[in-house]
Formats: sequence, structure tokens, C-alpha cells
Amino acid sequence: LGHGSGGRLSAELLGHVLLPALGAPPDAVAEDAAVVTVAGAELVLTTDAFVVDPLVFPGGDIGRLAVHGTVNDLAMMGAAPVALALAYIIEEGFPIADLRRHTASAGAAAAEAGVRIATGDTKVVGRGAADGLYVTTTGLGRRLPGARMSAGAARPGDAVLLSGPIGRHGMAILGARESLGFEAEIASDTRSLHRLAAAMVARGGAALHAMRDPTRGGLAAALNEIAAASAVGIMIDEEAVPVPALVAAACDLLGLDPLHVANEGCLVAMVAADAADATLATMRATPEGRDAVRLGTVVADHPGRVVMHTLMGGRRVVDVLVGEQLPRIC
Amino acid sequence: MQDAGERVASRIEIHGTVQGVGFRPFVYRLGRDLGLDGWVRNDGGLVVMEAAGPAEAMRALPARLRADAPPHARVHEVRIGEPRGRAPAYGTGFRVDPSSPANRVATGDDLARIPPDLGMCDACRTELLDPSDRRHRYAFVNCTDCGPRATILDELPYDRERTTMRSFAMCEACADEYADPADRRFHAEPIACPACGPQLTWRAAAGDRRGDDALDAAETLLRGGGILALKGLGGYQLVCDATDQAAVARLRARKHRPAKPFAVMVTGPEEAAMLAGLTPAEVALMTSAARPVVLVARRVGGPLATAVAPGTDRLGLFLPATPVHHLLCADLARPLVVTSGNLADEPIAIDDGDAGRRLGGLADGFLGHDRVIRSRYDDSVVRVAAGRPSVVRRARGYAPEPLGLPFPAPEPLLAVGGQLKHTFTIARDGTAIVGPHTGDLERQDALEAFTTSLRQLCRVAGAEPRVVAHDLHPGYLSTQYATALPLTRVAVQHHHAHVASCAAEHGITGRFLGVAYDGLGLGDDGTLWGGEVLLADLRSYRRIARFGRAPLPGGAAAVRRPARMALGYLFGAERLGDGPRPPLEALAAPLLRRLPEAEVGTVRRMVSRGVNCPAASSAGRLFDAVAALLGLADNATYEGEAAVTLETHAAAHGAAPALPWRLTTRDGLVVYDPEPTLHGALQALRDGADTGSVAAAFHATLAAVTVAVCTRAAERHGTAVVCLSGGVMQNRVLVESLVAGLAAAGLTPLVNERVPANDGGLSYGQAAVAAARGRGE
Ligand SMILES: [Fe+3]
Ligand SMILES: [Mg+2]
Ligand SMILES: [Zn+2]
Ligand SMILES: [Zn+2]
Repeated sequence: LGHGSGGRLSAELLGHVLLPALGAPPDAVAEDAAVVTVAGAELVLTTDAFVVDPLVFPGGDIGRLAVHGTVNDLAMMGAAPVALALAYIIEEGFPIADLRRHTASAGAAAAEAGVRIATGDTKVVGRGAADGLYVTTTGLGRRLPGARMSAGAARPGDAVLLSGPIGRHGMAILGARESLGFEAEIASDTRSLHRLAAAMVARGGAALHAMRDPTRGGLAAALNEIAAASAVGIMIDEEAVPVPALVAAACDLLGLDPLHVANEGCLVAMVAADAADATLATMRATPEGRDAVRLGTVVADHPGRVVMHTLMGGRRVVDVLVGEQLPRIC
Repeated sequence: MQDAGERVASRIEIHGTVQGVGFRPFVYRLGRDLGLDGWVRNDGGLVVMEAAGPAEAMRALPARLRADAPPHARVHEVRIGEPRGRAPAYGTGFRVDPSSPANRVATGDDLARIPPDLGMCDACRTELLDPSDRRHRYAFVNCTDCGPRATILDELPYDRERTTMRSFAMCEACADEYADPADRRFHAEPIACPACGPQLTWRAAAGDRRGDDALDAAETLLRGGGILALKGLGGYQLVCDATDQAAVARLRARKHRPAKPFAVMVTGPEEAAMLAGLTPAEVALMTSAARPVVLVARRVGGPLATAVAPGTDRLGLFLPATPVHHLLCADLARPLVVTSGNLADEPIAIDDGDAGRRLGGLADGFLGHDRVIRSRYDDSVVRVAAGRPSVVRRARGYAPEPLGLPFPAPEPLLAVGGQLKHTFTIARDGTAIVGPHTGDLERQDALEAFTTSLRQLCRVAGAEPRVVAHDLHPGYLSTQYATALPLTRVAVQHHHAHVASCAAEHGITGRFLGVAYDGLGLGDDGTLWGGEVLLADLRSYRRIARFGRAPLPGGAAAVRRPARMALGYLFGAERLGDGPRPPLEALAAPLLRRLPEAEVGTVRRMVSRGVNCPAASSAGRLFDAVAALLGLADNATYEGEAAVTLETHAAAHGAAPALPWRLTTRDGLVVYDPEPTLHGALQALRDGADTGSVAAAFHATLAAVTVAVCTRAAERHGTAVVCLSGGVMQNRVLVESLVAGLAAAGLTPLVNERVPANDGGLSYGQAAVAAARGRGE
């Protein structure tokens, strides 16, 4: 099973195995979180499992990541986080001190985000049945008034906005795990994005069509998901893609494409053209969106496909990765 | 006076490439000569005639239709039947009738055959240069023996009104020639003259011009070292003075093409012979109607700028295919660089607006014209190896001429090819049409060019595919395109498709050994292959031998940087021997010293930790590694650059004894262990051997390994035919020693001739496999 890297195989696992097994219609749009209406109130529910290796990395640890990832999934659906539930699967022999530390860090991240960790669960499994610590986080949020975004709602003409530089989380993790020499220099961008998202909803409202946090599979996967779910094409400019110099250098050394590298602290949004400038200004006024940029445009051409104007002057298809990276060059 | 009783009447359908090649005029003259009454016409993709005449003449007719056909016609089949209506009456004479459009039924069970473009003929060239001729210096001279065909065709049958020439009304003089059976332009569909035909146009910052002035402006630009965008037959080209180092360097910089050799156009074979040593076979190819770029042995010294073809002893030379090319060459009296009007790996521009946008920053002026290019056909590239012509890029002048399939396709099929050097193939029954070359599918323009020309070719040829064949690689955009089609799918392994392309060309229907050496292709075990020997037929295969594996540090990054590939072998080559590892690293000190320390360290770590290091059993990657270890190429700016450099050094040295090598067995496969070879090469270098001798020895080693594997397999499996294919088989030194070695071992080596051994031939191989598999199992 090579389905873990957030690429085409992950999408296939979801589309061909998981959704059908749950009786979902085959064309169901896979969102980051689900909207559930309870007694007239629009609630948003999400759950995520975190299996990051290593547990501690520059810029964060599994506790912070678990909170941020879940808060962000709620935020991408336009929800203010209300409460989180935390479940641990712990390998026998895992140091108590480390457990305390990751939990404290989850608590701190929740406090920063203004969300309560309301409940939790722990299970200990035998040595080798798990690798250290796995965390599953469930999040409940209340959908903000006027939030209507969905991965399937991008429209031709929309501006593609990105809240900040890409590639830091994935490279920080890889560097820390494999000691590749740049681990001291690149820190993860992990953080909560719900305040940024709320500001955008307040400013954009109905003009805010789609929003995603480009986590596993990177910006390429997030854009491809939106293009597919909305049956639109997306054109971006390579020149506009913000890649920190250290990330670019590390990617070059490792033969990775920054567009495929995971992020935990930025979002991409499809916004109606006439609201784009105002939304961008709103984003830049927040700490999380200070470096926001306009990446490109949603188009009617090549539905389902993301294409990039390259620095060399051509147009390149931006595809999602197929499992582990298999070169297509002959 | 004849008696009516001695007369015979027939309807004859002529199948094959019979339109756009002067076939109706030929039948007309033949009918007259034989004293027949009746008519001939284009009907769908066929030529149909009904004729009545003396029994003896009518008996001779079918054979004459085949034997005396015009030079560019390919008569596939002559079907004789009863006239549909009343037999032509005695004494009514023989005539050319208006075409019967798009009568698909008349094409029977074959794909309609679209005539490829034909290079300017001698008669037209004489007129072009004759001051007293009314077409003197007219850039669109053509006749029934030459001129545009596939590039201007909308629809069959091939008649002026179904080409982009329909917007030019013939003047009286042209109309007379067109209607005169004695004229060589009798039914020349793109007939034109300065009074009625297309005109040259010039666009540049300094202002626009037309006709002769346009040509003058272009020539002034070229004389001054400028870069010209020229609207050619099958697309825009970029042109500059091949003797002007600064101009060629500028073109390289603007095109982002630092080193890949440029093709050079010269007026005639004499001029060609001054730049290169030519064999008669090469001259014949160069002067053939297809006018391909021919890869030949470059002469040392000479007037060409060194930037034209750095790092190789080969040179791509070709002769003008069209009058405007001829005029440019003759007027400027110097060789010209002529290259595709595109950025690297993108399709050639054909639309005027698109060319303006895409080439605006590359060219200093545009020499265009007002005839529309309907279909994109880049220049073809051919070379002679082991005494046989073989096509490296099959485009203008060759495509879309059909090829045969050993097993007819029971259902119409489409084969979508690979990812780079992309082509597709459509096939029905025994006929396969390989489409034009579209470049790297990762380029959006290439993807669009692929789908556009696929639709167009299917429509014109009358194909409605029901089956689609594709590669196993899920990341190829061609595979993704295929899997989205509502058709029956046939997945064909990359290297099986390669060797099948060779077998199918040669009509092999039984078992054969397939040697597939290329860069990378996805194997049926999910790993990357590229140095494979298969026991195969057109339906299926079994892998019987492979190269040892090595990691690709950084995946595609290792392909672009052979130095990394060398590190991959040094740090992580598959362990196949017993005993201790030979001290490769110590011997490779020059490489390790040359590379940035941080890179060496990171790559070492990547290999040991398996970070983005897919392993491949690739012959092409081994060539890259050896080129880097020899200090010949750390980077590759185009596909195969390192291997080309290695081959060039080997060729310059000549024959050499093989380096050490070892065959072993893993999981039932014979495996070539490159470790002793690398060790031997590095030791020889350390001991002062020159790079040429080591490069030559390496080639000799791979030939020896391959001959040994094939000899053993041939004995065991009882088959003597060996099909050699894959991109590495573009290496002449290797192919020639392989062919000689296999033949000396009593085997029958076959190489690709009509489709490329590189990935440009994959779609044809996929089609051959899908057709063979489709035969009721
Ligand atoms: Fe290949
Ligand atoms: Mg998530
Ligand atoms: Zn002619
Ligand atoms: Zn005329």
C-alpha cells in the first residue's frame, strides 16, 4: 500500500475504497470537514489522525500539529473552532515525560487558538504495534455566518490567493527525520489559520468560493482537488509562487518539487474576481496572511487540470504525485 | 474498328496512398494510352475508376496500375468488380471526374490514407530559378510530384476545396494548367502562382512587407546575425546563420537550449558534402521526397559555428523541402540553423497568432505567409546505422503514412504512447497511423496539440477507436488521458511496447528476444526498468534478464544530473557479487572532489536512508553514470546528452576490448552486475588510460554482455530473432557492435527503421500489442 503521500493513490483510496464502502455517491466532493445541521445550527465536524515521524521537529511537535491540523480543517469550511477531542495510541514503553510534553504543547496550541480540549482517550498497545505515539484529533466548530465555501464551488474568473510561503513543514519534517543537513535551518509553518479564515469570511462572504489548506501532497494536490471538484481549470504563475530560498535549495538538492511538499500553516482560496483585491488586503492585515499573494486565476479551459506559466515562458501541467515519486522521464 | 463483343468493362478500386501523389493524372494518361473509355475519381480515401476497353488492355490494367504508379504512391490493393452503372460507352473517351466526398463505405475496412508532404521536385526547382518562368522566385511553387499535402488537408478526398488552398481562387493560367492532361500540374491541388496564390509576409518591429520585399527583409535580418521565425510547411521554425557563432549562441540563450545540437540546412548535396562525410545511403535519404534531417558524420573544421552541435561528432543536415527554404539558402549562400519554432519540449507553433505570442521573444522578425497550416508536422530526423536507415523523429514527410500491423486490430484502436517524445497511433485492421510528434506531455501546449491532432486524424482517416492502449505508468499524462476515455483499456508494459515496435515493423508474429535498453519505464513489478531482456511475442512477454539496480538520488533530478547517477552507483548499487565491494569510491576520487561537498554528503545520506531514491535497472542511467565518472558530463541539458558525449568519445577512439563484467542470477532472472565494469573503468582511468579508450571499452562491454545473454537465451528458448529497441539503441556505436556481435553468434538482430527506437515509437508498439491481444483468446 503506497497510499500515504497525499497524492493520486490517496485520492484513489478515498474514492474507490472508503467512500463507496460508506455508501457515498461516487461523485461526492471530499471536503476537509463535514457540515452537520443540528437544531438549525450549522456545525462543522472533522477528525484527523497524526502519525508524524519524528514527533518533535523544528517549529513544533505532534501535539501542536494535531491541534493546528484539526483547527485548520474546521477553518477551511468557514467554522470557528468550539471544542476538540484528543485520542492517543501509545506504544508500550513510550516515555511518560514525552507524553506530558506533547500534551502540554497541544494544550498550549489550543489555548492560543482559543479552543477547548473537551475530552480525550488513551490506549496503550504492545511494543511494535505502534511507533511511539499516534494522535487522533476530532474537532467541532460553528460555521460562521455567510461562510459558503466548498471545494466544488470555484468558478472561472476567480482569483487564486495563497496566504504565505510554501514548503516549510514538509522539508522541516524530512530534514529532521533523515538528518539531511538543513534541519537546523527550516522550521515548520505549523499554526492555526482560523482567525485568518474568519477575517476572509467576514470580508469576502459569498465571494469566497473555495478554501483549502495545502497539507499532504502540497499546493499541487490542493489545487488539483479544487479543480477536479469544481470541474474548472486553474492557471498559476510560477513567478508568483512564494518558495523560501532555503526550501528551494533543499528541494533542489533532494529532487523534490516545492509544489508537492506539505504545509501546515497556509491556505489557498478561490475568490470572485471583484472581491480579490479586498480579500488580499484583508489577508495581509493578519499575521498569518502577511505574505499573501495572488497566484493565478480559475479558468474554464482544461477542466480538472492545474497549469502553471513557467519562468521559462511555457505552460506546465501541475500534477499530483503518484505514490512515491516515480520519474516520468524515459 | 472494334467489335463490341471484344470489350470488357470493370470498376476498379485502388487502395493505398493514392491521393495527393498524382494518381488520377496517371490513371488518366494510362486510360488514354490503353484506349479505354470511362472515368477516374477520388472517392473517400480511395481512387476509383470505371473503364471499358479491349479485353487485352483491360487485363493488363491492374498490373500497370501497380507497376507504373507515380513514385510517391503506395498501392496497397487493387480491387476489381463490375461497373456500378452502365458500362462506359465506346468512343466517349477517358476523363477525370469530380471527387465523391467522404464516402466512408468506399474505404472498406481500411483507414483512409493521408498523403504526407513532399519536398520540392527538380522540375519545380528549375522553374523557381528560371528568370523567364512565370513562377520565377515564387515561394509556393508545387506540382503533382511535390508540395504540401497532410499539412494543409482538412478532409479526404484530397482536393483543393478540402485543403487550406481553397481560399485562393486559381487564375486563368493556373486553371488551364490544372485542367490540361499534358501539363505536369494537371490536377495539382495546391497549384499556385504569384498572380493567384499565397504571398510571403514580413512582420518586424521596423514594419511589415509582402512578397519579394518580405523575403529580402528576412535575408537582410539573417545576414546581420538576426533570428528569423519562418512559417514552414508543418509549423514555424527558427532560423539563423549557422556560421555566425554569436547568432547561434543568441538562439540557444533565447530558446533555453544550451547544448542540444541544431539541424543545419544547406542548398544541395554538394554543400552538404563540404560539412560532413556522406555515404550514398545518406545522400539518398537527404534528397528523398521526405527531406528529413539526416544525422551524419561531421567534418572537422569547416565554416560551422561550434555552438551548432557541441560535444558530438554527428551533424543533422537537411536540404530545403520548400521553395522558400531553397531561396533563403541559395540567396544567402551559407548553411542555416533551422530548428523548431518552440521552447524546448513544446510542440512547434503553427497558428500565426500563437506563433506571434510564443516566438515574439525569440525571433527578431517573422517571415510568414497567408496559407493556413492545418496540421502540425515538425521536421523528421533520420540516420543510417548498421547500414539501415532508421528514423529518430517521424514527422513531416513520413507521418501520417500508414504502417502495417502483423496482427490486424479486430476493433479500431488508439494507442496513446508515453510521456516524452510523445506520439499516438490509431489502428484498424492491418493498418496503423502514427501521429505527429508532440513533445513532452507535461507541457500544456503539447497536451493540447496531442488531443487536437488525435481528433483531426481520427476524423480524416475515419477511425472511431473502441480500444485504447496505454503505458503502465500512472503518472504519464497519456495514461491519465486513456483511463478517462470510455473505451476498453489495454495496458502495455513500456519495454514490451519498445521491443514490439521493432518486431511489428519487421512483421514478426512468433516468439523473439527483445532487448529494451532505455532510460526509465515502469515495470510490471512497480519498479523502474530500463536494461531489460524479454522473451516475448506481440501478445505477452516474460522478463528474463535485467541490469543491476542503482538508486536515482532525487528521481528525475538524477536524470538531469548524471553526476548524481554516478553517486547513486557508488553509494548504493545493488549488491550482486559475493566477496567484498571493490573500492569504487576511492577510485572515483576525482568525481567526489569535483562535486560540491554538501551535495555529495546529502546524496550519500539520501541513498543510505532511501530518501527520494527510486531504484532502476536502467541501461541509460548506467551510461549517464559512466559519462560522469569519466568526467565527460556532470549535467544533461537535454535527454541523452551524457550518453551522446560518451558515444562520441568511444567513436573517436575506435574498437577496444571489453572491461570486466559478470552475469549472475536473482529471482530466476539473469542479472548483469555493472560493478566489475565500473571498477575496471575507474582502474583504467587511474592507470592513465584516456577517456576515449575507456568509453569505447564500456560500449564493447555492453555489447559483449548483451550478446552473451541473448546467445544463452536463444539456445534455451529456441528463438534466434532479437529485436533491439529503446532510446539507448539510438547509440550507433552500441547498435553496430550489437548487430555485428549477434549476427556473428548466429542470431538475427533487428532494429527499428520506420518508427523511432525512442519513446516516439512506443505508441506503435502499444498498438501492435493491443491488436495481437485483441485476437479472440
Ligand atoms: Fe522508453
Ligand atoms: Mg486534514
Ligand atoms: Zn514539383
Ligand atoms: Zn495562378
